[in-house]
Amino acid sequence: MSASALSLQGIRKDFGETQIIRGVDLEIPAGERHAIIGPNGAGKSTLFHLISGKYSKTGGRIGLNGEDVTTLEPYAIARKGLSRSFQITNIFPRMTVFENVRCGLLWSMGLKYAFWKLVGRQKDLNERTSEILEMIGLTDRQAIPAGVLTYAEQRTLEIGITIAGGANVIMLDEPTAGMSASETDQTVELIRRVTEGKTLVMVEHDMGVVFDLADRISVLVYGEIIATGKPEEIRNNKAVQEAYLGEAPEEETETVGGAH
Amino acid sequence: MPALLGPFGIWIVCAIVLAVMPVIFSSPVSVTIMNQMGISIVFALSYNMMLGQGGMLSFGHAVYFGLGGFFSVHVMNYIEVDGWPIPLPFLPFIGGLFGLAFAIIIGSFSTRRAGTVFAMISLGVGELIAACSIIFVVFFGGEEGVSGDRTMGPPVFGTEFLKEIEVYYLTAVIVFVAAALMYLFSLTPAGRMANAVRDNPERAEFVGYSQRQVRFMSFCASGFFAGIAGGLFAINYEILTEENLNLTTSGWVLLMAYIGGIGFFIGPIVGAVLLTLLQTVLSNHTELWLLYVGLLFVLTVMYVPSGLTGLMMMHGPAMKAGRLGQLAKPYMIAGIPLLVALAGGVAVLEMLNHYNNAPVGDNVAHFFWMAVDTHNPANWAVALAVTAIGAYTTYRATPQVREAWAEANDFSEKGGDR
Ligand SMILES: Nc1ncnc2c1ncn2[C@@H]1O[C@H](COP(=O)(O)OP(=O)(O)O)[C@@H](O)[C@H]1O
Ligand SMILES: [Mg+2]
Repeated sequence: MSASALSLQGIRKDFGETQIIRGVDLEIPAGERHAIIGPNGAGKSTLFHLISGKYSKTGGRIGLNGEDVTTLEPYAIARKGLSRSFQITNIFPRMTVFENVRCGLLWSMGLKYAFWKLVGRQKDLNERTSEILEMIGLTDRQAIPAGVLTYAEQRTLEIGITIAGGANVIMLDEPTAGMSASETDQTVELIRRVTEGKTLVMVEHDMGVVFDLADRISVLVYGEIIATGKPEEIRNNKAVQEAYLGEAPEEETETVGGAH
Repeated sequence: MPALLGPFGIWIVCAIVLAVMPVIFSSPVSVTIMNQMGISIVFALSYNMMLGQGGMLSFGHAVYFGLGGFFSVHVMNYIEVDGWPIPLPFLPFIGGLFGLAFAIIIGSFSTRRAGTVFAMISLGVGELIAACSIIFVVFFGGEEGVSGDRTMGPPVFGTEFLKEIEVYYLTAVIVFVAAALMYLFSLTPAGRMANAVRDNPERAEFVGYSQRQVRFMSFCASGFFAGIAGGLFAINYEILTEENLNLTTSGWVLLMAYIGGIGFFIGPIVGAVLLTLLQTVLSNHTELWLLYVGLLFVLTVMYVPSGLTGLMMMHGPAMKAGRLGQLAKPYMIAGIPLLVALAGGVAVLEMLNHYNNAPVGDNVAHFFWMAVDTHNPANWAVALAVTAIGAYTTYRATPQVREAWAEANDFSEKGGDR
């Protein structure tokens, strides 16, 4: 069975009376880099929360690598190989940078809730942590509490924690938001490298980043996907242009839409 | 110096200190106080596994301490009456198992949430168990409690624990082992994730850990070590009463951990030692000792939330930079008037207490090796003036301390080559 890495069927979410996600269907094949774009308040983060188990679903079904994960808790979904970052930096502020990354690795390296093993003695674990720190470029910051990192460093660490466990579906919610142009470039390179051979789902406002990284793009407007397709298809899609990209679809490097 | 001895240096130093303490402080009273310190250290460390390491604020930790103690004293009686062949050193372990058993039962529902809900449940359970102790007289012994005799077990290496000093060494060994195990727990995956859940429970879930399960494990470990402390208590005092598991004791362990500093492994040890000293020594000198402990707690919460250990650790960077000396003078300038103010404040409180509570005709209060007539307005004037002048001078000196502090910790500018 060639199941999609991620399969959303009729996903809905109401907050009280308000329908925020109004029936989302989406199939993301394994290995694809998929971007979700849409104006602010469209429900992109909410959709991430639904997929990753943070919110319960009002309706619909979610499949991860062919398995139904609709009603699972976040930790159970994470154990099945889906890992996500957050739009608002979400790290362990009082623990060191090294420990932050290591927390992302503990479960996947089989250490679970062990209280008879010392983390310091786990050679593989610590080597892998160092490798990831090297990869995300935070090696020389590894000993300080994560809470005192700069904003861009915290965003990078957020990605580091997310990819550490080797999940095969990676979801990044606005990984470059608030970064300078050069920081954005570095982050895009990092994302490209760390998601090699994996399925990536990401929310992004920077169209340059989107058209650069994504294999396919979905456009979410008012809780509905109005179009899914290859970057050029999306760029030329009438509905998308009207609803979202406005009148300047060719200016790809600009941040467009209600990004602010 | 401990650094010279390698990674275990600090533990070796601690073991030596534990071994020689009763040689230095050999009076029976000191040995009793040190035994009490040992019990408090294990209890406070176990409390901090939840609060400092796991982010769970409990108002009912004495439940596990007390139940561990009660079961230990009952087992002690089985040893005596029914001849159970259990050597005394195993008793704290039995206390620990009962602490663990109750932690498993109560933790199974109380660790579902952290924060206020957890705190309220701990308070409710604490109240509940304390109430049970009045109802189940057979087990808890009613008002007199349950007493036993520790000397009736099979001898261990020829000792029957008749002497206080033998009990000291037994306590010391168990305190050392328990402290080491609690420290090691903090270095295991379960212990590291306890910190992670404390910092950010949501994120912990997204790296594969159930926050509830992580809290539950810390909670159980904490209950186990509290039970060990209870077992040590049973050995030392040979009696347990309702007081050992009620909310006062639960509050006391919170004070020890917090005043010592919940952010550091040694914090609760510092707190346990200090508060045991206050409890045993200061209480001989003044009826108001609990008031002073309360003031110390309030001041810690307000001004040094990282506790006494935090206060010490704050000086680490300046010390590394060799600039601790810069602080000596400003500390003296502010510290001496502060001591004067505190002495004045204590004098006022002691006089007030004496004036209100002494029998008619007894006009002389005794404190600070002085005899003060509390019915002489001049003495009141002096005490109030000393307090006021001390406080004002301290207040005037604080900017200097702050400045010196900033300078000693300024590594960016003056520390460099500029
Ligand atoms: N927990 C919540 N309760 C009620 N409304 C919410 C909640 N979370 C998000 N919303 C609403 O859902 C809409 C979509 O939000 P969000 O998913 O954050 O949008 P996006 O990430 O696309 O900018 C917004 O109108 C927001 O106010
Ligand atoms: Mg969002």
